[in-house]
Amino acid sequence: MSEANPKTPAADQKIDLEAELKASNIQDVLDKLDRDLIGLKPVKTRIREIAALLLVDRLRRQFELTSETPTLHMCFTGNPGTGKTTVAMRMGEILKRLGYVREGHLVTVTRDDLVGQYIGHTAPKTKEVIKKAMGGVLFIDEAYYLYKPENERDYGAESIEILLQVMENNRDDLVVILAGYKDKMDKFFMSNPGMRSRIAHHIDFPDYRPEELLAIAKLMLAQQNYRFSAEAEKAFAQYIPLRQKLAHFANARSIRNALDRARLRQANRLFARRGHELKRDDLITLEAEDFLASRVFREGKLDMDGDEGANPPSQR
Amino acid sequence: MMTNPGNRLTQGQFSFLPDLTDAQITAQIKWALSHGWAVSVEYTDDPHPRNTYWEMFGNPMFDLKDPAGILMEINNCRKTFPNHYVRVTAFNSTRGTESPAMSFLVNRPKKEPGFGLSRQESEGRMIRYTVHSYATDKPENERY
Repeated sequence: MSEANPKTPAADQKIDLEAELKASNIQDVLDKLDRDLIGLKPVKTRIREIAALLLVDRLRRQFELTSETPTLHMCFTGNPGTGKTTVAMRMGEILKRLGYVREGHLVTVTRDDLVGQYIGHTAPKTKEVIKKAMGGVLFIDEAYYLYKPENERDYGAESIEILLQVMENNRDDLVVILAGYKDKMDKFFMSNPGMRSRIAHHIDFPDYRPEELLAIAKLMLAQQNYRFSAEAEKAFAQYIPLRQKLAHFANARSIRNALDRARLRQANRLFARRGHELKRDDLITLEAEDFLASRVFREGKLDMDGDEGANPPSQR
Repeated sequence: MMTNPGNRLTQGQFSFLPDLTDAQITAQIKWALSHGWAVSVEYTDDPHPRNTYWEMFGNPMFDLKDPAGILMEINNCRKTFPNHYVRVTAFNSTRGTESPAMSFLVNRPKKEPGFGLSRQESEGRMIRYTVHSYATDKPENERY
């Protein structure tokens, strides 16, 4: 055949990367990612790289330069509360905009949803989950629980086998994202080298710095129509490093809990001064005292739960 | 007179058309999924029109977003029962409807002998008619 496909552009035709970028709305998604997610430098870099790859792939296809579909299976590792699930949720939307997956929905599962309780139960269960996730993203949270090396009769291995097969054969239909804590995931991959090699992108989520946590807190409050007063912001900035030193610090999740407790105390404070005039501003502003009442400040201990901080012992 | 050359089974949607391609099947399933119907795969080797309930190949698939998973099951079923009839049914569970909304064949045996018309004489000069699938003269799994 001497005639090339009439639709294929000539080999020396200029390529308009800019136009293609506009047409795909990718910039929108990336900007939104920058705006909504604070910090997470390595994550954003990797997503940018993936976006670039998919865009270039699309351009290559116009010239009929075929290459295999890239594997986009990912592994997110990081400490609790570093945004693994949040990013996974975004991933579906991003990949859909890039035209890599068809539906872009996220199916979140853990070991319970994949592994059965008796012989012959695991395969149908895993397959059902996989079928639900097709066209979108399958997010396996705490994936290291899938494999329990201490129990050789564990059905997790069967589930992993099916997953591996699907990850290899149905690359066009499904993106698998594993997530878990770093050390445990490393151990998981050690015992499942096949899994490691089938995952192209290993992304490590760094812990947030205190100023990033403060920015996250502001974003969270803004989403719930609250805000800090100037003093409250200072108090919360002091709170963050104190809380970071204590046990069970879970990054953004701890921040969210702290804010929830502050809201509780704010409500209590407003309630306590009944009879005074209340303005809209009072309802949306968190004051310094809402944070300073926390046990983290008073005793250097964790708040047991919202209630503990909301009613200081002296008032009971 | 040969009314149905090849004796092709004509049940469900699209059965007078040439067999659907996988791309066409995908498009049909997509339509079903966009309405929120649960799609299931069924098979049989007894295609009598009154044989309403075919064997289910796996459970009905609820909450799917994309046809790829169903096509995978269809292909599994075709591989397991290459010489059976396989159909795809979409069930509409809306209150008041609660019945299959779509049903179409996705696999047929290579050779379909078709149906014969049998007549039974009864009281007076009355005649009762019924159809009978030639294939069902043989035992199950040896029919096609």
